Amino acid sequence: MNPQSKKEDLLGDILEKYRDTKGNIIPLLQDIQDIFGYIPEDAVDLISKRLDIPESKLYGVTTFYAQFHLRPRGENIITACCGTACHVKGSERIINSIRTILGLGSGEDTTRDQKFTLEKVACIGTCSMAPVIVINKDVYGGITPDKITRTLKKYQTKRSDDKE
Amino acid sequence: MIRNSKNKKETERDIVVKVCLGPGGIASGGERVLMAFKEETGKRGIKASFEPNCSVHQVGCMGLCSKDVLVDVLQNGKKTTYQFIKPEMVGRIVEEHIINGRVVEEWTVREDYNAFYGKQMKVVLDACGKIDPEDIEAYILMDGYESARKALTKMTPVEVIEEVKSSGLRGRGGAGFPTGKKWEFCRSQKEETRYFICNADEGDPGAFMDRAIIEGNPHSVIEGMIIGAYAINAKEGYVYIRAEYPLAVKRLGIALGKAREKGFLGKKIFGTDIDFDIKIKLGAGAFVCGEETALIASIEGRRGMPRTRPPFPAQKGLWGKPTVINNVETLANLPLIIKNGAKWYSSIGSDGSKGTKVFALTGKIKNTGLIEVPMGISLKEIIYDIAGGIEKDRTFKAVQTGGPSGGCIPSSMIDLKVDYETLAKAGSIMGSGGMIVLDETDCMVAIAKFFLEFTQKESCGKCPPCRIGTKRMLEILERITAGNGKEEDLALLEELGGKVKVTSLCGLGQSAPNPVLSTIKYFRDEYEEHIKNKKCPAKVCNALITFSILESCNGCGACRIACPAVAITGEKKKLHRIYQDLCIKCGACFEVCKFSAVEKL
Ligand SMILES: Cc1cc2nc3c(=O)[nH]c(=O)nc-3n(C[C@H](O)[C@H](O)[C@H](O)COP(=O)(O)O)c2cc1C
Ligand code: FES
Repeated sequence: MNPQSKKEDLLGDILEKYRDTKGNIIPLLQDIQDIFGYIPEDAVDLISKRLDIPESKLYGVTTFYAQFHLRPRGENIITACCGTACHVKGSERIINSIRTILGLGSGEDTTRDQKFTLEKVACIGTCSMAPVIVINKDVYGGITPDKITRTLKKYQTKRSDDKE
Repeated sequence: MIRNSKNKKETERDIVVKVCLGPGGIASGGERVLMAFKEETGKRGIKASFEPNCSVHQVGCMGLCSKDVLVDVLQNGKKTTYQFIKPEMVGRIVEEHIINGRVVEEWTVREDYNAFYGKQMKVVLDACGKIDPEDIEAYILMDGYESARKALTKMTPVEVIEEVKSSGLRGRGGAGFPTGKKWEFCRSQKEETRYFICNADEGDPGAFMDRAIIEGNPHSVIEGMIIGAYAINAKEGYVYIRAEYPLAVKRLGIALGKAREKGFLGKKIFGTDIDFDIKIKLGAGAFVCGEETALIASIEGRRGMPRTRPPFPAQKGLWGKPTVINNVETLANLPLIIKNGAKWYSSIGSDGSKGTKVFALTGKIKNTGLIEVPMGISLKEIIYDIAGGIEKDRTFKAVQTGGPSGGCIPSSMIDLKVDYETLAKAGSIMGSGGMIVLDETDCMVAIAKFFLEFTQKESCGKCPPCRIGTKRMLEILERITAGNGKEEDLALLEELGGKVKVTSLCGLGQSAPNPVLSTIKYFRDEYEEHIKNKKCPAKVCNALITFSILESCNGCGACRIACPAVAITGEKKKLHRIYQDLCIKCGACFEVCKFSAVEKL
């Protein structure tokens, strides 16, 4: 079985699971995003038809919440903390450096080669290590623009499964 | 008695090792330290002739995150705490301390560790960092679920409400509404079906108290919900929790399952005729969903937009039924109030604010972490005694409380008491517990802009004062920090801010101007420096500073390599220079230069 049709089967299962529960839209979209990494247009189309929910309502919810993505995301997810503690320790400068290094234009958050996506998040609970960035699942604390250049290089040159 | 069984359990195993797996502990590699302890003790337990009976546990946040990974070793009732532990250090601790009984002194905590705890009062956080959050037995050994049992089997709902009312407990989610009163109001409704919701959305962008409580002691929150649900006669409960907190969600899920197995949740709980169960709802990343009516809309599967109140959720809440919403920390207080009584509880704290408050204490201080203090303590005690003062011995400038809804309190008011009324009078709020300490290198205009950017982005867009008002205020701040401020801008900000406060629909808009108004009030000169002299005294605002290389540069090239924008040129051993139009003002050169040859102006 190819992976695509496996995903579609899973999608069918999810739709069945949420058919009758009240207030189902958000958990339903969360499950879909878990499978695809984002919310594909076709999936919205399918939910709308099968569960009889207007597409406008689905898009209304999807675009309201920061968690949902309508476009595919990169191979590596860089999450930059923009919480207060990280902010006062210079997270804005870090983010600017990351954007420069990755060559992200204004409004862009994923690199053209789909290798990196830069996301911002408010406080990840490790303020004592501020400023903090998370690359995939690895937490890097006490980041400086200089350190970030070196850290990113590791991910740029090879795949992302080793740690500092 | 419980105490005996606890002692028994601890002596059955000669030695207990506890590794901090709170948010800070995990980020510092706590999981690998825990693994190392398990491996090392396992390995030697078999080989060594002396076999210590040693058990290794994970625990939630121990508090002093800046010293992570923290490890407690308990032996014959004596506790040794190690700081900054890395996996490669574990072998020696096992060898010397656990097997040979010799403490590895140089890795233990110093005096500042004790100072950090000296003025604290651990009530809600007492078990956090001591018990394994995934082990319900550990919680039960500390009298866990006895308060819920007592409430359900020995007290009437009205008695429970009275007890909570006379304890003086006020909501820890920000607004400080008396919890008992809220319950009473909900109980008095005619509708039969009621819901009980725990608000674990934790939107304040510089805070992690609720996360740490759920990760460190999830059962205390569940027990609080059982007590509350009994008081208002709710059969169904929800925990609305941020999806960005996967570990908290996981531990909460485990805890709910265990509580169900024990008959504390589900049908006929504690052997009574009462049914109550709890579901988890994952928030999807919207700050406004922390607001009660928006939270309800979100659970119902809609866009999380607030509506006008009344009717209050206690009258018409989830699916139109009477609903109580309480914050995580509020709930974690309840088992203690039922266990020790309202009188005990109200003996802690100040006149109008009873009990303790948990703060996520961060910023420019020496000791950062999660603290719990009695209400009424002064800011000075928190900043100097607990946090150990300002790091790098810089000058203390201000402290920010209440996150995007709060304000900045200047250093001149350091003797201020921390309670609901005093903070509000100073133009800030208690908020949910973020406390960020700022020093001379922080620009107050930039701080105000940071919070307003946050609220402006998070405004749901339903009411115009918040949607448009915060946007216009932000534009003004942007032009001030870009060096284009006008003389009349301050008056305009004050006027707009005042209007947004009184005309917005929900708490988000009503409090959004606070960071701006409080900084204008206390740091007017700093705004004026930006506007009149186009200078940022703290050297933070990018448009108002430049980096340049001094003649003393010896051409080591460190800055050239560090510059992410490739804006520095120069031959080795020769004077380097920065191309100003390429410079992104990240400060990398400033930080790496070992010869102080980069200047920030
Ligand atoms: C914009 C906004 C965000 C809020 N965010 C939270 C939050 O993250 N957590 C919380 O417990 N309360 C939050 N509140 C307060 C809640 O609306 C509510 O007052 C609280 O959960 C009630 O519980 P308590 O009485 O136990 O404090 C927020 C309020 C507003 C207006
Ligand atoms: S503000 Fe970044 S981890 Fe808390």
